[in-house]
Amino acid sequence: MNGFLSLFRRLEGPQTVGRGPAFWGLFALVLAVALAYPLFSDGYTVGNTVYFFVWVFIALSLCLIWGYGGSLSFGQTAFFGIAGYGYGILTINFGSAYGFTLVALVAAVAIAALFAVLLGYFMFFGRIAGVFLGIVTLAVTLMLERFMAQTAGPEWHIGAARLNGFNGMSAMPPLTIPWPGEPIVLFADVGLYYLVLGLLVFVYLALRILMNSSFGNIIVAIRENPERAEMLGYDIRKYQLITFVIGAALAGLSGVLYTVWGQYITPSSMGMTAAALPLIWVAVGGRSDLTSTVIGTLVVLAAFQALTIYGSQYALVFMGVLLVLTVLIAPNGLVLGVMNWLGRLASRLTQRAG
Amino acid sequence: MSLLELRKLNKHFGGLHVTNSVDLTLQTGEIHCLIGPNGAGKSTLFRLILGEHHPGSGDILFAGENITALKSFARIHRGLSVKFQVPGVFKGLSVRQNLEIALQSRQRGAELNAEIARLLAFLGLESEQAQIAGNLSHGQKQWLEIGMAVSLKPRLLLLDEPTAGMSPEETHMTGEMVQRLNADGMTVLAIEHDMAFVRQVAHRVTVLHLGQVFAQGSIDEIVADERVAAIYLGQAHA
Repeated sequence: MNGFLSLFRRLEGPQTVGRGPAFWGLFALVLAVALAYPLFSDGYTVGNTVYFFVWVFIALSLCLIWGYGGSLSFGQTAFFGIAGYGYGILTINFGSAYGFTLVALVAAVAIAALFAVLLGYFMFFGRIAGVFLGIVTLAVTLMLERFMAQTAGPEWHIGAARLNGFNGMSAMPPLTIPWPGEPIVLFADVGLYYLVLGLLVFVYLALRILMNSSFGNIIVAIRENPERAEMLGYDIRKYQLITFVIGAALAGLSGVLYTVWGQYITPSSMGMTAAALPLIWVAVGGRSDLTSTVIGTLVVLAAFQALTIYGSQYALVFMGVLLVLTVLIAPNGLVLGVMNWLGRLASRLTQRAG
Repeated sequence: MSLLELRKLNKHFGGLHVTNSVDLTLQTGEIHCLIGPNGAGKSTLFRLILGEHHPGSGDILFAGENITALKSFARIHRGLSVKFQVPGVFKGLSVRQNLEIALQSRQRGAELNAEIARLLAFLGLESEQAQIAGNLSHGQKQWLEIGMAVSLKPRLLLLDEPTAGMSPEETHMTGEMVQRLNADGMTVLAIEHDMAFVRQVAHRVTVLHLGQVFAQGSIDEIVADERVAAIYLGQAHA
C-alpha cells in the first residue's frame, strides 16, 4: 500500500513541470472536456482527433530518449513502421476473432521493442553517442523505408499478407474487442477515441512517475554528464538501452494505432519527412518536459493540418521555419518557455498575496 | 597495507608514451599528492586507475584485487571515487538533486534526506540546495563534486586538481575538508599544482615527469630535491 502511494507522490517532481492543486485541477478539467467532447462532435472530427492523439506517443518516445536521456534518435519512425507492419501481417494472417487484434497490438509493440534491444545493444554498448547516434538511427529508418518500397512483387509476402511495396499494406482489421453477443469493433471514431485517450492518459501519467523516480534521476544525470554518472557507479549503457527500448515501444504503439486508425501503413511512414516531423513537434513543444511535448505536438499537428488544407505545399516549409524560430527564440521549446513563465508569474503572485 | 598498487603501467597514444612503466603504491590511510609539469601524464594515470583508458601493459591492484580489466562503474563499486579536473556536476539540475543522484543507490527515504542534509552542511552549501548547479561559483561547484564523490563512501578518493581556480581561502578550506575525510579513514590521491595545498595535506608526494615516476618523498624532501626544482618548481618560479 505504501509503495502504491509513493507511486502517486512521484506524479510530481523535479523532472516534470506542473504541480499542486492548480495544475491537477486543470488536468482534470482538460480530461473532462476530452471525455465529453465526442458527445458534441461528429464522427469525422472525432476520428481526426484520434489521428492527432496517435502521434503523441511517438512524440513522447522522443521526449524520453532525446529530451530526458540526451540521445538524439532520428529513427523513431523505424519502430513506428515495424510495429505498424507487424500488426498488419499478424491480423491479415490470423484475423480478428477471439480478440486476436488486441494480442496483435501487444505483439507488434513487442516486436518493435525487441528490434530496439538489438539495435540499442550495439549502439550503446558500442559507445556510440551524440550526432553518430542520430546518423545510425536515421540510416536504419531510411533503409527500412527503401527495403519496404521495393516489395511490390507478389513474391514479397508473409503468409497471406502481401507487403505491396510503395503502395503499402491495407485492409487489416480494426481493433476488435470480443463481447458476448456481438464483438465491439473500434472504428476510427468514438470507439477508438476512448481507447486511445485512455492509453494516452495512462502513458503520460506512467512516464511522469518513471521520470520522477530514481530511474529518471539517472536518465537526466546521463544527459547532463555521462562520465560523472558512470563515475557514481552507474552502468550508463544499461540505462540508455532501457530508455531506448521504452521509447521504441511507445513509437511502436504509435505505429500500431496509426495502422488501426487508417487501416493502412506505407513505407513513407519510415521516410525522411516522417522521421523529421516528430523532432519538430518535440523541439517546438519542449523536449525536456512531458506536458510541453504533449501540448506542443497537438498544437503543431493541428496547425500543420490546417496549413496543408489551405496552403498545401507550404506546410512543410512552415514546419522548417518553426523549427529555426524555436532554436533561435526558445531553444528549450516554446510551450515549455510559456509554462515556465506562467509558473514564475504564479509564484510571484502568491508571494505578493502572502 | 597497500590499498592501490600500480605495477609497470604503460600507455601509448600513437607514438607518445604518456605512461611509462609506472610503479606506484598507495598505503591505506595516506594522503598522497601527485605533482608534475603539464603533460607529465598525471590525468592519464587517473584515467587508467578509473578504467576510462586501458593500459597497454601492466596491472592495477586495488585492495589486493586485480582490477585492470574491470569497467569504470565496477571499479566505483569496489570503493574508488573521483572528482574530475573540470567540475563534473550535473549543471542543469539542482544542488540537492546532484547529491540525491549520487546517494540514491545506497539510501532511500528519510535516511537519504538525512544524508543529503549532512553532506550539505559538510560542504557549506545548505543555503544553495535549491540552486541550479550550473549557477554555483567555481569553488562551490568543486565542493559539490567533492561531496558527490565522497557520498559514495569510497576507500580511495581521487581528486584531480581540487583547488583549481580557487582563492587562497577556498584552497585552505578544501585542504581542511580533505583532512577531515582522511581522519575518517579515507585514503586520498590528489593531483595538484598548488604547493600550499600540497604542503597543507600531503603525507607523501610523487613527482611525475614525462610519464615516469621521477621522485617520491615528503614535501620537504621533494622541495629540497634540485632535480625536481629543475624540471618543475624551477619552471613554476620562473
